[in-house]
Amino acid sequence: MKKIKGKVWRFGNDVDTDVIIPARYLNTSDPKELAKHCMEDARPEFARQVEPGDVIVAGKNFGCGSSREHAPIAIKAAGVSCVIAESFARIFYRNAFNTGLLILESPEAAREIEEGHEVEIDPEAGVIKDLTTGKTYRCQPIPPFMKELLEDGGLIPHIKKKFARVRLEEEAS
Amino acid sequence: MKRPMTLAEKILAAKAGLEVVEPGQLIDVPVDLALANDITAPIAIKIFREAGIPKVWDREKVVLVMDHFTPNKDIQSAEQVRLCREFAREQGLIHYFEGGNCGIEHVLLPEMGLVVCGDIVIGADSHTCTYGALGAFATGVGSTDLAATWITGRTWFRVPESIKFIYRGRLRPWVTGKDLILYTIGDIGVDGALYKAMEFTGEAIKRLSMAERFTMANMAIEAGGKVGLIEPDKKTLSYVRKHSKKEPLVFKADRKASYLEVREYDCEKIEPQVAFPHLPSNTKPISEVGHIDIDQVVIGSCTNGRLEDLALAAKIFKGRKVNPNVRAIIIPGSPAVYREALRKKYIDIFLEAGAIVSPPTCGPCLGGHMGILAKGEKAVSTTNRNFVGRMGHPESEVYLASPAVAAASAILGRIASPEELGL
Repeated sequence: MKKIKGKVWRFGNDVDTDVIIPARYLNTSDPKELAKHCMEDARPEFARQVEPGDVIVAGKNFGCGSSREHAPIAIKAAGVSCVIAESFARIFYRNAFNTGLLILESPEAAREIEEGHEVEIDPEAGVIKDLTTGKTYRCQPIPPFMKELLEDGGLIPHIKKKFARVRLEEEAS
Repeated sequence: MKRPMTLAEKILAAKAGLEVVEPGQLIDVPVDLALANDITAPIAIKIFREAGIPKVWDREKVVLVMDHFTPNKDIQSAEQVRLCREFAREQGLIHYFEGGNCGIEHVLLPEMGLVVCGDIVIGADSHTCTYGALGAFATGVGSTDLAATWITGRTWFRVPESIKFIYRGRLRPWVTGKDLILYTIGDIGVDGALYKAMEFTGEAIKRLSMAERFTMANMAIEAGGKVGLIEPDKKTLSYVRKHSKKEPLVFKADRKASYLEVREYDCEKIEPQVAFPHLPSNTKPISEVGHIDIDQVVIGSCTNGRLEDLALAAKIFKGRKVNPNVRAIIIPGSPAVYREALRKKYIDIFLEAGAIVSPPTCGPCLGGHMGILAKGEKAVSTTNRNFVGRMGHPESEVYLASPAVAAASAILGRIASPEELGL
């Protein structure tokens, strides 16, 4: 996984999926359309001003609420490279891995890194560096199974790979 | 000796074909039912097609319910439904709901007998946890996880830690399952059960109707819970036998099972609850609410759109009038609920009171349509979320409550307890 560099957008605790992408826009699943309304009700300027590579830093329980996969899709399509939070809501956590949005749990980084700071992230090593302050943070390692998913390119390629292996074994026997 | 297990662990171990499971363990389980709606199915269909798999694993176990924007609110939502309809036809799905047979998914599925005790259900809808009231391990997933299950018939879970909630004593007048779950979320917070299984127990739970149990399990997700489980009892089994031909599989928690935490509540101390904007955990007892004028009341949703909920509301609306400053919107959760409410004259009572009766739809709950709030407007709603912008304008406000409090509030034009009407 490549290193990431970007500017920080800060959000609070319990950022819910209705804030990430309001349901009134769920009459489409086009990532570009969804990205236009990302975070609209919390920070209306976000979608217009966010730049490719920017990073979201938030508090606890990021992505709580609905199961809508439109949420990580909207964040990713808006150009955000990574979400750092104290903790993530369960369904959002699975959805982020499934849609290829990088998310990192680091309570200390989530509490300390401020709006507008420049950060550098090495996902492989699990290290976040606040370039503005020079402070380095470690994040929770990505669980091995989730890493396997990421390495296979997501859940569906992972399943196809597994299917292919089963078929090979069947043919061999 | 075998490790004693919680209810969640018992179901997961049996379904995974394992003697025991423990929290943190990753397991692979067969899925009994995989659900999606008009918002989440289109993404799953796209992913499924891209994977190049011709057929879903079992056309009787894939359920599609077009409930969120029904009746379709605009061209785009109609197009999403068209995509789902074509997919359902192409796959020969048995359980496709749109139009006259369509209800709110989590009201509809138990009523149709599609979920029974002991099932593993995943749904691309966060309130799939509703079926925990039947002792089914049911949880929300995203569209990709769902599409993966359409292919394999299986899914993976990390076995959750369990938190046990014990509700002791009798409920006070006008206190319902909705108040118990709001009180609980107020106590532990919106991430108080993050990644955890919630197990609802105690004599107060035993006395709740099935409708109230569905309400409680439904809102487990509002505390971050993976599932909200209630051990099946006679009430559960008679419900399941009435509605389903499927054989229920009853699991019970072992007496010596270990829980991450056990929380006990004395129900005699719990008043009707109101969750203030903008989190379901922001609760207050009704006596501490103060004077809050309202513009709209919504009674319905997967949380409180069942016949018992409408019966409770009808009791309060009967012979009274909706306050002229309030729009009261009543949404029967399914065609069967609607028909039964008609037969029992609840609909007459609502119409005579000056309420609006809507077709079954998720509609206003998620700010879709059929009751959107303007800037600055306030609503009392029996739904499950009061996030910023949930029911309309980002500066509107949603107060969550039971059907009893919602109905009394509609009459008085402010947030109120039925007791203020002399009931």
